Amino acid sequence: MKFRGLIFANLFRKKLRLILTVGSFAVALFLFAFLAVVRGAFNRGADIAGADRLVTINRVSIINPLPLAYRDKIQRIPGVKYVTHNNWFGGVYQEEKNFFPQFVIDVDNQRQVMSELVVPDDQWQNFVKDRQGAIAGAKTAQRFGWKVGDRIPIKNAGYGNTGTWEFILDGIYHSQHAGGDESQFWFQWDYFEERVPETFKGNVGWYVVRLDSPDDAVRIAKAIDDMAANSSFETKTETESEFAASWVKQFGNIQFLILTIGTVVFFTLLLVTGNTMAISVRERAGELAVLKAIGFSDRWVLFFVLAESLIIAAVGGLLGLGLALLAIPALGAALNGLLPTLILSPEILSLGLVTALVVGIVSGLLPGIGAMRMRVVNALRRV
Amino acid sequence: MAIPIVYNIRSVKARWTSSIVAVLGIAGTVGVFVAMLSLARGFRATLVSSGSPDNAIVMRAGATSEMMSGIKLEDIKILQDAPGVAHASDAPLVTSEVVVVAPFPLRSTGTDANVQVRGVSANVLTIRKNVKIAQGRMFQPGLAELIVGKNASSSYSGLTLGNTVNFGGGHWQIVGIFDAGGSSFDSEVWCDARVLDDVYKRPSNIFQSATVHLNSPDSFQQFKDAITSDRRLNFDVSREIDYYAKQSTTMTRLITILGGLVAFVMAIGAVFGALNTMYSAVAERGREIATMRALGFGGGAVVFSFLVEALLISFIGGVIGCLAVLPLNGLTTGAMNWQTFSHLAFAFRITPVLLLGGIIFALLMGLLGGLPPAMRAAWRPVAVALREL
Repeated sequence: MKFRGLIFANLFRKKLRLILTVGSFAVALFLFAFLAVVRGAFNRGADIAGADRLVTINRVSIINPLPLAYRDKIQRIPGVKYVTHNNWFGGVYQEEKNFFPQFVIDVDNQRQVMSELVVPDDQWQNFVKDRQGAIAGAKTAQRFGWKVGDRIPIKNAGYGNTGTWEFILDGIYHSQHAGGDESQFWFQWDYFEERVPETFKGNVGWYVVRLDSPDDAVRIAKAIDDMAANSSFETKTETESEFAASWVKQFGNIQFLILTIGTVVFFTLLLVTGNTMAISVRERAGELAVLKAIGFSDRWVLFFVLAESLIIAAVGGLLGLGLALLAIPALGAALNGLLPTLILSPEILSLGLVTALVVGIVSGLLPGIGAMRMRVVNALRRV
Repeated sequence: MAIPIVYNIRSVKARWTSSIVAVLGIAGTVGVFVAMLSLARGFRATLVSSGSPDNAIVMRAGATSEMMSGIKLEDIKILQDAPGVAHASDAPLVTSEVVVVAPFPLRSTGTDANVQVRGVSANVLTIRKNVKIAQGRMFQPGLAELIVGKNASSSYSGLTLGNTVNFGGGHWQIVGIFDAGGSSFDSEVWCDARVLDDVYKRPSNIFQSATVHLNSPDSFQQFKDAITSDRRLNFDVSREIDYYAKQSTTMTRLITILGGLVAFVMAIGAVFGALNTMYSAVAERGREIATMRALGFGGGAVVFSFLVEALLISFIGGVIGCLAVLPLNGLTTGAMNWQTFSHLAFAFRITPVLLLGGIIFALLMGLLGGLPPAMRAAWRPVAVALREL
């Protein structure tokens, strides 16, 4: 391109200002990526939930149990492929802040229903044979430095005075979804039944149902709830994504907060860069007038100004997103246990870059049009 | 000799566009900073104010929340006779409680959220002195009657005085609204513990926690020692305040880390903005500054003058930021309390200390953004600057 030299000369006219403006862009884009990633982490459960899975809980509330007898009744409903049942264990490993979710699982069906959580076959075989066996998610195993074969004591108070439960880690599962939940800890229903007091025996926390086809979800959900209607344990069945979304909604107005912050940040960014561009064009009014006087059309003048702001936006945007790419894994590690895995997706990156370019165009447009309309005589007269 | 401050005020006015940009940049940052911290404080304050210093909460040893605990009726009787327990008209001030959750539709979204339902003893109002009946009356022991916290009543549809609601397979009459002074109880629904056990088909005569009113805050150790040394019992005793403070730590930590990080990154951006403004101010006024230097103002006076200008801009920005978030004070929002699986309403709490912190934060940004340009203004050789057109 013929005028590259001119554009670059203009860009580097005030190096410090260039650095600061590019820096502002980088900061804003870094924040954008960070907020988008946090928002994604909150919504992930609902986004990657299996479309062909239903969750059945007690209609009264999630903490009320369901009878084990429902398993066979649900299994008999046409269109149901597999049923598994889980209980929330709520124990404490070493100390309270080491929280991770512990589920009592149905060994026969868990793998078929939660098919995206993969355990190597040999590890699974050992687990099935081992009454005190346990499977942990890769994230939790890594967090505490567990290896297969380790003994894991977990203290529980939720099911009577059962004290400390000893588990042996037989396997580690990985999620096939990027950012899927790898924090759970599973152990056998049989071991659980054996140790809890009489009042808790035969009580299941919730059922997860895998369907032949997602299209049947509504019909089967209704069939399950009808099956339990008018019994003393009525149920509420939802798709897994509805179930996950209702937890996110309860978490509060995170979405609103993030949107507000994001808006404030972009508004500020637009002002800062718009102002800088305006100043630099104003300072150069004389030069631009000379360009016009020697025959460059108004469009060329607009083009020079726009090209400059676009380059600044693109460099700043790439810098900020690059920083985010480096920093977010480290942040995820620092927030371990507080938030689901933070993932910077290509969608976020491209959306960020597009936003940066749009801000670049808008902030170059105003002074650019001003420069285009400027009358040569007036501009040259003004010293 | 110092350069008059009027000079700075006038020059801020003369370049009002770029001054406004710097002011808004700082205002936005301070606003986010104060709002985030007030959110964390509000959450914490709501939970902490739930506890009274002269109350102790007793749960099964190892239980992390009431949901995970269990206490038998005969053990409650032992607690009632323990030393340090206050009495009113000869009855021990102990409330034995059951906590469950029930889904109700939120007014804001129409979707269900879990409300914490607490079964209490009839004497609970003499034990939790921060809770007062605001409308209607207390429930009658033995009847399926509810009293509803004021935040629960305003957050969920159907939880209004005189209404009948169905949950847990029972029909409940709402007979009163209570005010718990902004604590987490305001997000709860209370009823008779025995009725709740019955309706939820829980084993009767098993409670989840007991809250004990002590003779004085100092009696705590005596009471705790008596309980923990009793070999029939296997209980944890904690001050009610400590129990609720601990529940708030996860959420407070999350908000503080996220909010602190966002404010920090935004601060870098705002410092860039301030630097940009001040550098262009210095560049545009090169001759002015050189003239002042030629007139005999020293380098120190010039640095000081530009710093004053930067601080003035950042101070205005800080004040605007604080004013902009001030309406948030008292605004209630909701969040999940992970320890109890229930939804908790709490208010943004903006304190004078927080506002002062915001202003100091703004001035710090002004200092960082103003100092390098000010030094540059002072160090430029007079002759060069004057020759420049």
